[in-house]
Amino acid sequence: MTKGHQGHLNGVKMALRILVGCKRVIDYAVKVRVKPDKMGVVTEGVKHSMNPFDEIAVEEAVRMKEKKLASEIIAVSCGPQQCQETLRTALAMGLDRGIHVEISGKDYETLQPFHVSKILAKIAEEEKVDIIFLGKQAIDDDCNQTGQMTAALLDWPQATFASKIEKNNGDLMVTREIDGGLETINVKLPCVITSDLRLNEPRYATLPNIMKAKKKPIAKKSPADLGVDVSPRQEVLSVEDPPVREAGSIVQDVDELVSKLKAAGVV
Amino acid sequence: MLSVCRSCFSAIRNRLTIIEHGRGFSAHAAVNEAKEPDTAQLFTQEHKELRRSLGRLIEQDINPYVDEWEEMGQFPAHEVFKKLGQAGFLGVTKPTEYGGLGLDYTYSVAVAEELGHINCGGVPMAIGVQTDMATPALARFGSDELKKQFLEPSIAGDVVACLGVSEAGAGSDVASIKTTAVKKGDDYVINGGKMWTTNGFQADWMCLLANTNEGPPHQNKSLICLPMDAKGINLSKRIDKMGMRCSDTAQIFFEDVHVPQSYVVGEEGQGFTYQMIQFQEERMWAAASILQTLQNIIQATIEYTKERQAFGQPILNNQSVHFRLAELETEVELLRSLLYRTVGLYVQGQDVTKFASMCKLKVGRLGREVADSCLQYWGGMGFTNEVLVSRLYRDFRLISIGGGADEVMLSIICKYMNTLPKMPQKK
Ligand SMILES: Cc1cc2nc3c(=O)[nH]c(=O)nc-3n(C[C@H](O)[C@H](O)[C@H](O)COP(=O)(O)OP(=O)(O)OC[C@H]3O[C@@H](n4cnc5c(N)ncnc54)[C@H](O)[C@@H]3O)c2cc1C
Repeated sequence: MTKGHQGHLNGVKMALRILVGCKRVIDYAVKVRVKPDKMGVVTEGVKHSMNPFDEIAVEEAVRMKEKKLASEIIAVSCGPQQCQETLRTALAMGLDRGIHVEISGKDYETLQPFHVSKILAKIAEEEKVDIIFLGKQAIDDDCNQTGQMTAALLDWPQATFASKIEKNNGDLMVTREIDGGLETINVKLPCVITSDLRLNEPRYATLPNIMKAKKKPIAKKSPADLGVDVSPRQEVLSVEDPPVREAGSIVQDVDELVSKLKAAGVV
Repeated sequence: MLSVCRSCFSAIRNRLTIIEHGRGFSAHAAVNEAKEPDTAQLFTQEHKELRRSLGRLIEQDINPYVDEWEEMGQFPAHEVFKKLGQAGFLGVTKPTEYGGLGLDYTYSVAVAEELGHINCGGVPMAIGVQTDMATPALARFGSDELKKQFLEPSIAGDVVACLGVSEAGAGSDVASIKTTAVKKGDDYVINGGKMWTTNGFQADWMCLLANTNEGPPHQNKSLICLPMDAKGINLSKRIDKMGMRCSDTAQIFFEDVHVPQSYVVGEEGQGFTYQMIQFQEERMWAAASILQTLQNIIQATIEYTKERQAFGQPILNNQSVHFRLAELETEVELLRSLLYRTVGLYVQGQDVTKFASMCKLKVGRLGREVADSCLQYWGGMGFTNEVLVSRLYRDFRLISIGGGADEVMLSIICKYMNTLPKMPQKK
C-alpha cells in the first residue's frame, strides 16, 4: 500500500523520518487504585509519565538520529491536554516536534488500540514517515496490539519486541525477543517497530535540552481532523482489584515445611 | 572497580524488574511513592521536567550506590558531580556565560526538592555546598577571571568546591573567625584553619572566609577562592560523625598559604556581608532539600505499618499512629508553603532574611520530629541500620546545627522582631 518517504538508501545514507508513539500513563511507581464506582482506576492527582516502553522507543529514535540514520523524529500522543507534558518529555530527550491528538472525557476512557492505530496510520501517511516506532505495550492496559494493528492497516512489515536494531543496506535488521530466545529478521522500509525492554537504557534529559524543548512546536489535532472515528467499540462493565495475596509464613526447616504442606493437603 | 560494575548492573536490573513487574512491585516504590505534590504556584512544566530528569539520574546513578558510600565514609564527588554537571543541574541559576542556565531561584528549589529522593542526607548536602553555599557569592560578585577559573568548572562538574567559614573556635559566631590573609607583594598569605569543611577531602577549591584587615569584625573579612592544592594546606583530620556518613568532613590547617590577591571575591572587606547574603540561598536550599525526603519517610512508614501487625491489626490502624502521620504531613506542607512564599519574594528581589531563617529553623526542627516519630512506628526495625528511617534520623540531626544552629536562626528572627537584646560589647 502506501510507501513511506523512502529517504534512503543503498546502505550509505539514510535520512529516515520516524514517528514515535508516546503514551501518557500512570507512573510505574504509583500503586494504582480502583475508583469506588468500579468503572476505572483513580487518575486524578496521580503522577503520570511516558509509558516506559515508549521511552525506550524515543531513545532508540534519538540514537538513530545521532548516528545520522534519521532526519526528523516526530512524537505523537493521543489523549487529554496533559499529554502535551508527555510530548515535552520526548522533545527534551531529543525529538524534533510533537503532534497532540486531543481526545478527552468519555472518548478517552473508551479509546482502544484499534482507534489509536488508525490515528497513527493516518499521521504516518500525512507525514510520510519511514518508521513508526512504538512501545511493545503500555503499562496501563497491557494491550500489546497497537503496533501490530498499525502495521496491518498500512500493510507495512512489522518488527515487534525489538531488542536490537541495525541498518542492513536499505533495510533494517531487527533482533526480536521471542519465547524461545532471540530471532533476527530483516524488514523493508517503511515499517512498524515495537520496542522491548532490553533495546536500550533511555537517557535522562539534560536541563539545557529541557529548556530548549519548550520552544519546539507541538501541533494539535482532533481525531476528526484525521478522519478517524473514535466512537467506542466496547463497554467497561467493571474494574476490580487483583485478589489480595495472603501473607506467607517462614518455616524453620524442611520437616516443618513438609508437615505444613501435608496439613494444607498439597502433598 | 569490580564492585562498582556489579552494583551498576544491579541498578539496571532493578529498573527492569520494576517495569516488568509493573505496579505490584513496591519495595522501592514505598520509598519513592510517586504522588504529585501540589506545587502549581511555583513550578511550571519545565520545573516538572527538570525534576523528572534529575529523578532518573538519582535512580540510575546515585541511589544504587548510597549504601556502599555510607559504608566507605565518602562518596565519589568528582564522578557524581560530573554526571550532574553534564546534565546541567549544577548551574541552574548561574550566569549562562559560565555554563549556567541563568534561571531564577525557583529552579534551584526544584533541584533541591528532587535531591530529596536520594536515600541519605550526605550526598544532597555535598551537592548543595557546590551549588548553593560555596558559589552564590562568586557568581554575583566575582570578577570575570575568577568566575572563569572557579565557577565555570564547578558548574560543569569538573571540580569540587567546599566552603570554609566555620573554625574550631568560631561556628555560630562567624564574625569571630581567626584565620587571616595578609597582603604580601601581589599575594595574600593565609594562616589559621577551618573546621567542619564538607567535601574538604575531595575539594579542588575552597570559598574561604578570612580576615584580610584589622578593621571591625563585620568589615575586615573577605571571601577568597583558594585552590586546595596550594602549598601549606594541611587536611589534618577526617571527622568521624554520627550521620551524613558518606559526606567527608575535614579539619584543615593553613600555614603560609599563598594566593594571588586577585582571588578575592568582589570587594576586599565585604566578605562578611557577602557570606550573609550567600547564607540566604543556603537556608532556603536546606528547607527545599528535605521536603521530599520527609514525605518519603512518612509514606514508607505508612507502607510498613500497614503491613506490620500487632494485636490482630495493622499498626497503622491505631488512631495515634495514622493521626500522628497526618499531623506530620500537615507540618511538611506548611513548611513547603512558607518556603514557596519565601522563594517567591526572593525571586522578586526582596530581602528574605527573616523568612529564610524561619524556613531553616523549621526544617531543622521538623526534620528531627518526622524522623523520630516515624522511627518509633518501625519498632526494633527502626533501630537497625537496615532501614532508611534510622539513617535519616541520624543525618537530619545535623540540620538544627549546621549552616546556623536553630538558636542562631531564632536570634535573627528576634532581630527582625526587635526583641533581641544588644550583645555585650567585646573587649
Ligand atoms: C557535618 C557538618 C558539616 C558542616 N559543613 C560545614 C561547611 O562545609 N562549611 C562550614 O563553614 N561549616 C560547616 N559546618 C559547621 C556548622 O555550620 C557549625 O557547626 C555550626 O554553625 C555551629 O557552630 P559550632 O559547631 O561551632 O557550634 P557553637 O557555635 O559552639 O554552638 C554550639 C551550640 O550553642 C548554641 N548557641 C550558639 N549560639 C547561640 C545563641 N546566640 N543563643 C543560644 N544558643 C546558642 C546552639 O545550640 C549551638 O548548637 C558543618 C558542621 C557539621 C557538623
